[in-house]
Amino acid sequence: MGAVVVTDLTKRYEHVEAIRGISFEVAPGEVFALLGPNGAGKTTTVEILEGYRARSGGSVEVLGFDPWDGGTPYRDRVGIVLQESGLEAAMTVSEALELYGGMYSNRRDTKELIELVGLEDKASERIRTLSGGQRRRLDLALGLVGDPDLIFLDEPTTGFDPSARRRAWELIKDLTSLGKTIILTTHYLDEAQYLADRIAVLSAGKIVAEGTPSELGANAGESTITFLLPGSVGRGDLPSLGSTVDVEGATVSISSADPTQDLHLLTNWAVDRGVSLEQIQVRRPTLEDVYLEIVDEGGNGQ
Amino acid sequence: MNSSLVLLWRQIRHQNAMFWRTPVAAFFTLALPLMFLLLFNVIFGGEEVNGTPFAQFFTPAIATFSAVSATFTNLAIGTALSRDLGILKRVRGTPLPPWIYMGGRIGSGVWIASISVVIMFMLGWLIYDVQILWENIAVMVLVFVIGIATFSAFGLAVAAVVRSGEAVPAVAQAIILPMAFISGIFFDTTNSPAWLELVGNIFPLKHFAALFVDSFNPFLTDPVLGWNHIGVMIAWGIASLIVATRFFIWEPNN
Repeated sequence: MGAVVVTDLTKRYEHVEAIRGISFEVAPGEVFALLGPNGAGKTTTVEILEGYRARSGGSVEVLGFDPWDGGTPYRDRVGIVLQESGLEAAMTVSEALELYGGMYSNRRDTKELIELVGLEDKASERIRTLSGGQRRRLDLALGLVGDPDLIFLDEPTTGFDPSARRRAWELIKDLTSLGKTIILTTHYLDEAQYLADRIAVLSAGKIVAEGTPSELGANAGESTITFLLPGSVGRGDLPSLGSTVDVEGATVSISSADPTQDLHLLTNWAVDRGVSLEQIQVRRPTLEDVYLEIVDEGGNGQ
Repeated sequence: MNSSLVLLWRQIRHQNAMFWRTPVAAFFTLALPLMFLLLFNVIFGGEEVNGTPFAQFFTPAIATFSAVSATFTNLAIGTALSRDLGILKRVRGTPLPPWIYMGGRIGSGVWIASISVVIMFMLGWLIYDVQILWENIAVMVLVFVIGIATFSAFGLAVAAVVRSGEAVPAVAQAIILPMAFISGIFFDTTNSPAWLELVGNIFPLKHFAALFVDSFNPFLTDPVLGWNHIGVMIAWGIASLIVATRFFIWEPNN
């Protein structure tokens, strides 16, 4: 049984259809990423799962609860780390963990949590003295304070500098070893790739691709062969390859479903004509290419 | 049940701690009414009413105002500000029942209102010889409790209707200051135009102040608890509660 089961979920705001029928399942202990550009519907989706927003249609089950009317028993079992969330600036770090921890029936020890997120030096400092990164780490600790079965992380590293991001990633990676189910939203592909077991790519309110990071990469298929067009030949002189050929300035790029075959034909042709193909290279699509392509299609598809 | 009370107690203590750590709030709620008290005494210090110092009448009136600041103003501004900061949204994502959070805010407002009123009467007693009429203490406490309950609900209703944390302080002051002027807090309104009297009678502050001041009036031999005054306050309290529960939102407005 899934920790999260979403079926045909829709959400309409007055004139906008923010979520247009999405379905997915998340297994217990899995790290699931909702990846997509801003405005794709990631935050709306997690806010429905968190119980902040009512859905317009479809069904949602999280840990056996309907989040919308799960109330206190539901919130007792999930940890929510919002994108932007306030804290009383006049509280100290350990006071905040004590106060919020006291709201849950299972709570984690304040000192232990402070160590987990590396805020030992700040434990008795007021929250207003924390840096942005430290605040975010406290947010994470507050998401964990009720020892939840499932944790929502809404864009956990947006606005971080690269080293802070790395540290946050390590921290989140550690959580997965505790066996927690994690639902993560992000618009950073590398973040999803590094942290998630499975990724759903969301674009314009629909899931346009879903799978493990390697599955998503593999599905892309086409490799790209690029080289510089020799001065002595025109575009029309190139052999026909049955693949899309683009020429931009002197650079030729060929999207190839079968790069071994195409490369063979190309190099034979070049040797026969006595020209050399400068800067020739074959590139496998990165997940980023795949992502951009998918999101592009999703965006154009409406 | 028991654990709900523990949670409520923690929330009250938490809100109190936040209050004392926010000097601006503490100043406006506690120091400002005390300044009013001292200024009034500078202006009317020597005056007496039938041998009773005038302070016997204006001290409870200003005490009413300070109780309203600690509940109405404090709750409206504090709640709206916390909402703007996303604190309420965070709380809504925890298992803490919403009524306990609000109960913590109200409880803390009541506690601060009580401290403020006690300080005021201690000063009044020490400096201006203000007497507490112990035979009226039950009426006094009852009026105080109904008054702060009404103004707590009223404050939350303002935070429910006005959704921008930036606008709420201005709106709250725009409500309470004119209301104080037409409700006999700062000066006697018996000689003001009839229509102004009427407007004053519609709002709850005049009734709160009138009953509270009456419970300090040594010339009222038989201090009756004016049920019409109580009725207006309770009506405002219930209407505010309905508005607050119907329209309150926990998320920032953006």
